[in-house]
Amino acid sequence: MAAISREEVAHLARLSRLAVTDQELDRFAGQLDVILQSVARVGEVAADDIPPTSHSVPLVNVLREDVIVPGLTRDEALSGAPDSAEDRFRVPQILADEE
Amino acid sequence: MSTSVLPTYDEVISRYEPVIGLETHVELGTATKMFCGCPTVFGAEPNTQVCPVCLGLPGSLPVANKAAIEATIRIGLALNCSIATWCRFARKNYFYPDMPKNFQISQYDEPLCTDGYLDVEVNGETVRIGIERVHLEEDTGKTLHVGGATGRIHGATESLVDYNRAGIPLVEIVTKPVPGIGAMAPEVAKAYVAELRDVIRTLGVSDVRMEQGSMRCDVNTSLNRPGEEWGTRTETKNVNSLRSVERAVRSEMLRQASVLDAGGTITQETRHFHEDTGDTTSGRSKETATDYRYFPEPDLAPLAPDPQWVERLKAALPELPRVHRARLRTEWNLSELDMQSILNAGAVELIEQTVAAGASPEAARKWWLGELSRRANAEGVELESVGATPAQVAQLQTLVDGGKLTDKLARQVLEGVLAGEGDPEAIMAARGLEVVSDTGALTAAIDEAIAAHPDVAEKIRGGNQAAAGVLIGAVMKTTKGAADAKTVRELVLARLAG
Repeated sequence: MAAISREEVAHLARLSRLAVTDQELDRFAGQLDVILQSVARVGEVAADDIPPTSHSVPLVNVLREDVIVPGLTRDEALSGAPDSAEDRFRVPQILADEE
Repeated sequence: MSTSVLPTYDEVISRYEPVIGLETHVELGTATKMFCGCPTVFGAEPNTQVCPVCLGLPGSLPVANKAAIEATIRIGLALNCSIATWCRFARKNYFYPDMPKNFQISQYDEPLCTDGYLDVEVNGETVRIGIERVHLEEDTGKTLHVGGATGRIHGATESLVDYNRAGIPLVEIVTKPVPGIGAMAPEVAKAYVAELRDVIRTLGVSDVRMEQGSMRCDVNTSLNRPGEEWGTRTETKNVNSLRSVERAVRSEMLRQASVLDAGGTITQETRHFHEDTGDTTSGRSKETATDYRYFPEPDLAPLAPDPQWVERLKAALPELPRVHRARLRTEWNLSELDMQSILNAGAVELIEQTVAAGASPEAARKWWLGELSRRANAEGVELESVGATPAQVAQLQTLVDGGKLTDKLARQVLEGVLAGEGDPEAIMAARGLEVVSDTGALTAAIDEAIAAHPDVAEKIRGGNQAAAGVLIGAVMKTTKGAADAKTVRELVLARLAG
């Protein structure tokens, strides 16, 4: 059985506002399925004495002091943006009319 | 859209029981952002407080701000929470561009603080509000929606984003559902937010200014018929003053009751509160938690607060507002009821500061609960935003105590203060409101009054002191009220004696 359905991929694409064609859906569902199955295999070999983990290095409390560090100038900040206006990042319409 | 007539509030209460819940966001007053060293100054020019981390540029890595962690733990402790011994940050994924990373770093199933409470007082009753969780996240950028008629996201053709606010540490405080408060629900909601604000202000971790957005509230409301399960709740966003918290709960109770009365069902949704009308309108339907695809933030190490550190923070907590108020009540020699009315008016701190600036507790209370509260109510603003400072009120009272202003003149001077004309002394001078204590000027006015009313003068000479009122009135008129009536009376009687 597939680890991820075509419908789930379509849902994820919608949440990310990615326009995906039917053909792409078929292709991505297949590709994602392979990835998920591969990751699942890691879970199979993990014995009961190996707890699930989110971090590969056993570190905690990596903190910094509350001290200001110079950042970017506005020009630098906006230089990588596809578009800007009024000193701000300009982005396309966020919600389509029916949302 | 419901077109039915709204029931009255009493009718709602007779048929339904409300359950409320509050989610409050508080921007911490740290010098730098949550995960980078960018400054957090309010009102800076757009996109001047940004760096690769808070802009989500490739290769940048977040590091958590120790002061923000500490502030959150202190809030948790002040709210009687348990502090997690180990917890993680999580990514909340969504597509809005208010975060440049396409996700917000938040906490999900492992909040820093859990299971506490905050006691609030409403109408002399103590209501214990359960605290579900206190967690830490980063604030989002500010989005300007362009091209729509309303400035809202709907109908906009494009948006402009300022990321100065993106990444500022934001604490979210979530209550447990609060049932069993019946008709008091709107007041309880307001009292909770006020008490929470006071606690956080006392901790000194945020300026908690609702009008600047450093404290923001979402209010959950549901109704059920007695004996039935809790109803479907709606979440009202955009509630940005104490008064609005109360109004939002009330208006949502009325709206839901009218839907239920008509046999309808409540949709679980986000609603927007409108300051001008006090109504709520439907917003976008909420994405579910699954849609946010939370997962542990791999770029940040888990937090494991040292229990000894937590103990030290707990021992160092300041005197909290409830305890503080009890002490003030004793010092000011007030009844529970008097203290409650001060609290309801949001005047505790204002009166305290006025007393500190030299006024007596009685005088401070008189001004803040009297003239100034009336003005604040009339204008629909919080008392602290009414336009007079504690120092100005204290100065005003000093002028009264020194005999330079009568109560009546003092109220005129206060008008000037509220109109932004400056400090009381300056206004008194500029408007020429000082009590006429120059005996020469008064004597002249009195002689004039006696000459104009010979019959009255004769009665007083004959021993009828009550007749003096006519002459006092005449003198007050001549001096445009700038004389002290008591002094005038004494002078009139002295003039006509023997």
